[in-house]
Amino acid sequence: MTAFPRSDTSIVGRWWWTVDRWSLVALAVLVAFGVLLSLAATPPVAERIGLEPFHFVRRQLVLVPPALLILIAVSMLDPRGIKRLSIVVFGVALLLVILTLATGAEIKGARRWLALGGLSIQPSEFLKPAFAVLAAWLFARQHRQDGFPGNIAAFGLCAAVLVPLLLQPDVGMAAVVAAVWFAQFFLAGLGLRWVGFFAMTGLGGLVAAYTMLPHVASRIDRFIDPKSGDSYQIDTALDAFLNGGMWGRGPGEGTVKAILPDAHSDFVFAVAGEELGLVACLILVGLFAFIVLRGFSRLLDERDLFVLLATAGLLVQFGLQALINMGSALHLIPTKGMTLPFISYGGSSLIALSLAMGMLMALTRRRVGHGEADS
Amino acid sequence: MNAPLRADQKLVIEGSGKQTFELARTRVLIAGVVFALGFLTVGARLVDVTLLQNGREPRLASAPPAAALEMDRANIVDRNGVLLATSLSTASLYANPNLIIDARDAAAKLAAVLPDLDRGELLAKLASDRSFVWIKRNLTPRQQFEVNRLGIPALSFQREERRVYPHGALTAHIVGYTGIDNRGLAGLEQSMDEALRRAPEASAPRAKTGEALQLSLDIRLQHGLRQELQRTVAEFDALGASGIVLDARNGEILAMVSLPDFDPVDAGTAEPEQRFNRNTLGLYEMGSTFKLFTAAMALESGAVGLHDGFDATQPIKVSRFTIKDYQGKKRWLSVPEIIMYSSNIGAAKMALAVGGQRQRDYLGKLGLLKASTVELPEIATPLAPERWRDINTMTIGFGHGISVSPLHMAAGVGAIASGGVLHPVTLLKRPEGVAAPGQRVLSPQTAEQVWGLMRMVVEKGTGKTADVPGYLVGGKTGSAEKPAGKAYRKSALISSFVGAFPMNDPRYVVVVVVDEPHGTKQSHGYATGGWVAAPTVGRIVARMATLLGIKPQGDKDPAQRELLLVTVSTGGKKGAPF
Repeated sequence: MTAFPRSDTSIVGRWWWTVDRWSLVALAVLVAFGVLLSLAATPPVAERIGLEPFHFVRRQLVLVPPALLILIAVSMLDPRGIKRLSIVVFGVALLLVILTLATGAEIKGARRWLALGGLSIQPSEFLKPAFAVLAAWLFARQHRQDGFPGNIAAFGLCAAVLVPLLLQPDVGMAAVVAAVWFAQFFLAGLGLRWVGFFAMTGLGGLVAAYTMLPHVASRIDRFIDPKSGDSYQIDTALDAFLNGGMWGRGPGEGTVKAILPDAHSDFVFAVAGEELGLVACLILVGLFAFIVLRGFSRLLDERDLFVLLATAGLLVQFGLQALINMGSALHLIPTKGMTLPFISYGGSSLIALSLAMGMLMALTRRRVGHGEADS
Repeated sequence: MNAPLRADQKLVIEGSGKQTFELARTRVLIAGVVFALGFLTVGARLVDVTLLQNGREPRLASAPPAAALEMDRANIVDRNGVLLATSLSTASLYANPNLIIDARDAAAKLAAVLPDLDRGELLAKLASDRSFVWIKRNLTPRQQFEVNRLGIPALSFQREERRVYPHGALTAHIVGYTGIDNRGLAGLEQSMDEALRRAPEASAPRAKTGEALQLSLDIRLQHGLRQELQRTVAEFDALGASGIVLDARNGEILAMVSLPDFDPVDAGTAEPEQRFNRNTLGLYEMGSTFKLFTAAMALESGAVGLHDGFDATQPIKVSRFTIKDYQGKKRWLSVPEIIMYSSNIGAAKMALAVGGQRQRDYLGKLGLLKASTVELPEIATPLAPERWRDINTMTIGFGHGISVSPLHMAAGVGAIASGGVLHPVTLLKRPEGVAAPGQRVLSPQTAEQVWGLMRMVVEKGTGKTADVPGYLVGGKTGSAEKPAGKAYRKSALISSFVGAFPMNDPRYVVVVVVDEPHGTKQSHGYATGGWVAAPTVGRIVARMATLLGIKPQGDKDPAQRELLLVTVSTGGKKGAPF
C-alpha cells in the first residue's frame, strides 16, 4: 500500500489512491478461486469430449492476464471515458449479436456463439455491461430538464437488446438485461404504479416463457416437483455438497464432478462445494456479497445520477448472475444456465466480466473536485 | 467541458433533482437489502445442503469412487505368460429400498431369479428404510439379464471386477487371493497389492497396457509337482506334503506346491490347514537332510577331508540325550559313508569337529537362521536355539533342534548346487541378461565335493529310489520324528528328500517333504524319506526332464565317472579325531 505516495499525481498513482482497493482485492481472490476451480472442474469435461485433460485449464489460464489487464486499464478511465467505451462496445456487440442470428453456430438449440478467426465468442456477454452504462446515461439525462426523452430512449435501447437475445434464444441473458434495466429505472425514480406494471409484465413474460418454451416449462415443473422428470443434474449437485461437508474433500479430490453435467460452468459451485467444503463456499458467497453490498453502500454518497445508475446496473448484473447461478446449484430456484462470475469456465464471460468490473472500479473511484460526468 | 456549464448542471441536480436523489438513495437501500437477503438465503441453504440433510444418505453410493480404484487390477502370469490371475468385470446388484413399491412382490420375483438368495432375508433387506443394500455381488450376464427383465425400478447394478484364477487351487498358496473388494488378502495378491493395483501416476491402468506381474513359476512344472505330491499323499495316506522346484542358478522358484490346498475363489470356506503354506510358513525339524550342510561346512572349514571319518560304533550319550544310528553299521565310517548311510553319530561328531560357532556362522550364511526373503507375506522365521551348546551343535549336525521351512532347505541346497553361491529365492521372474544377485558361501571345490556325496546317496545309499537313468539325480533323504511336547513321536515322521540334478553340473533343486506318511505293502511298511519322498522326487525329475527338454546323459559319459571319484573308504582306517 505504500507503493505510491499520496503526492503521486501520475495516472497510476492517482488511480491507486482513488480506486476501491478492498473490492479490487475481493475480485482478485475471486479470480484465484476461478483458476483453482477450473483446474478441478474442467478436466473431467475435457476427458468426456475427448480432449486432453488440461485443455480448458490452459485456455482459461491464457486469458487471465489479459482479463486482469483489461480490468485495471478500464478502471483507470473517468466516467466520461466509460461512457465512450460503452458506446463503442455496445455498438460492436449489438452488431455481433445480430450477426449470430445469421451466421452463428447452433449449440444446444441456440445461436449464441460467433466464430471469429479461430476464436469462439459470445457477444451478448459484452453487450450486458455496455447496456447497463448506456441505459444509466439515458435515465440520468431524463432528469436534466432539457426535454430529453431519456426514459423512452432507455426503453427503446432495452427493446433493441432484448429482441435479438430472445431470437437466439437466450432467455436467461434477456432476463438479466431486463432486470438490470428495471432496477435502474426503479432507482431513477420510477413511479410505484409503473413498478407494479413492469412487475406484472415480468411475471407475464415468465408465464409466456413457460407456455411457449417447452424447456423452460420442464425446468420449472421439475423444480416444483422433482419427480416429474429427470432430476439427475440437481440431485448430483446436491450430493456433491453433501459429499463435501464442512471442509470439503480437498482440491482435486471430488468425484461427483466426473458425472455432473456442466460441472465446469453452470454447476461449478457444486464442484466447489465438494472439493472445498462449506467454509470455502461461504467465503465465496461472502466475496460476492461483499462486492455487491460495498458497491451499494458507496452509492449512498454518490452525487452523480449517471454514476449511481451505471454502478447500480453493473452491480445488479453481477450480483444477480451470482445469485441465480448459486441458487440453481443449491436447488433454491429452477435450474437456469448462468455462469458464476469469474468462477465458471468461459473466455467471453471472463473478459466481459473484467470489462464490467473495470467499469465498476472506474465509476466507484473517489472523484474529488471533478464531480459528475457531463453529457 | 467548461466551468459555467458544470455549475449549471450542479444547480439542476441540487434543485429539482434533490428529490430524485432522496428517492434514489432509499431505493439503493432497498436494492441492497434485497441482495443481502439473497446472499443470506444462499448461505443458509449452503449450510442446509452440506450439513443438515437429516441423515439423508447420498443418493450416490459412496462405494463407486473407492471401487474405481480397484478396477483394472493387473494380471498375474507365469514365466511363459500363462494367465494365473485376471479380472473380469461383473455386475453387482443393489437396491434402493426407498424406491420399492411392493417389497413382498419384489422379494418373491428376485428369489425366483436368484434361487440361492433367501427370500426372507431379501424381504427384510427390501423392506428396510435404508437407501442402499447389496443384493448380490458378481452376477453372471444371464442373471443380470433375468434381473433386468423383472423391471423393478429400485434395482441397479454396480460394475465391479471379480478376480479369477483360471488354474484354481494349482497356484493358490503362491498367487493368493483377494477379498470381495479386490484387495489382496494372501499370497502375492497381498504382498504385491500396491504394484498390482493401478499405478497412481500412470494414466492408463496396468492391465490395459498389457503389463502383468510375471512370476518365475512354470505352470507345467507346478502341475507335475502337484500331481506327484497328490499321488504320494494318497499312496502313503499322509497328512500333507510340500514340494519345491528351484533354479539353483538364479534362485527362481519354478514350482512350489503345498498340500492340502484350496480353491482361491472359495478361500473363505477353506480350512486353516488348507490355507497353510507348508513351504514358507511350515517349520520342521528336517532331520538327515541337514547332514549335507554339516558335510559342506566341515569340508569348507577344513575340519575334515573327504577321506577322514569318525567312529560310529557306540551311541553318544550327552546328559539325558542319546544319539544313535538308525540301522547303523556300528563301525568306523568315512565322511562319504556318513552321508550315504545317514549316520547320526557320524554327523554329530562331524558337527562337533566344525564347532558350534562356525556351525552357526555357516548356517547363517546359508540363510537358515532368518526368515526367507521370498515375496510372500506368509513366511516364518526359523526356530534355532538361543544358547548354542555342544548338544545343540551335535543335534543340529543331523537336523534336530533346529526348525526351518522347506523353502529354507531348497535355498540352502541351491547354494550347494549352484557351486557355492546363494541366490536369494524369488517368485518373480528375473530379468533376462542380468546376473542374478548372489553371495558366495562355499568354495566351488567344496560344492563339487558335496555334489559327489549327493550323487552317491542316490547311486548307492538311502536315496536309490530317486534315481532317474541319465539325469544323475543326487540328494539326501531325511526322516525326522515329529516332536510331541518334549519327546518325539516315533510313528509320526516328516519324510523328506532334497535333491538336485544333473549332479555333474546341477541346475535344478527339488525338495519334497511329506507329513506323517504311513508305510504300505510296497514300501515294506517303511515311511522314511528313502521310501516316500525320494521316489516322488524321482518321478518329478523324470517329468521335468521331458517338459524342459533336458538331454539325458549316457552311462559311459565321462562326467558320470568323474563324479564317482569320491571313492568310498570303508572300515579299517582309524585315527579320526573323536
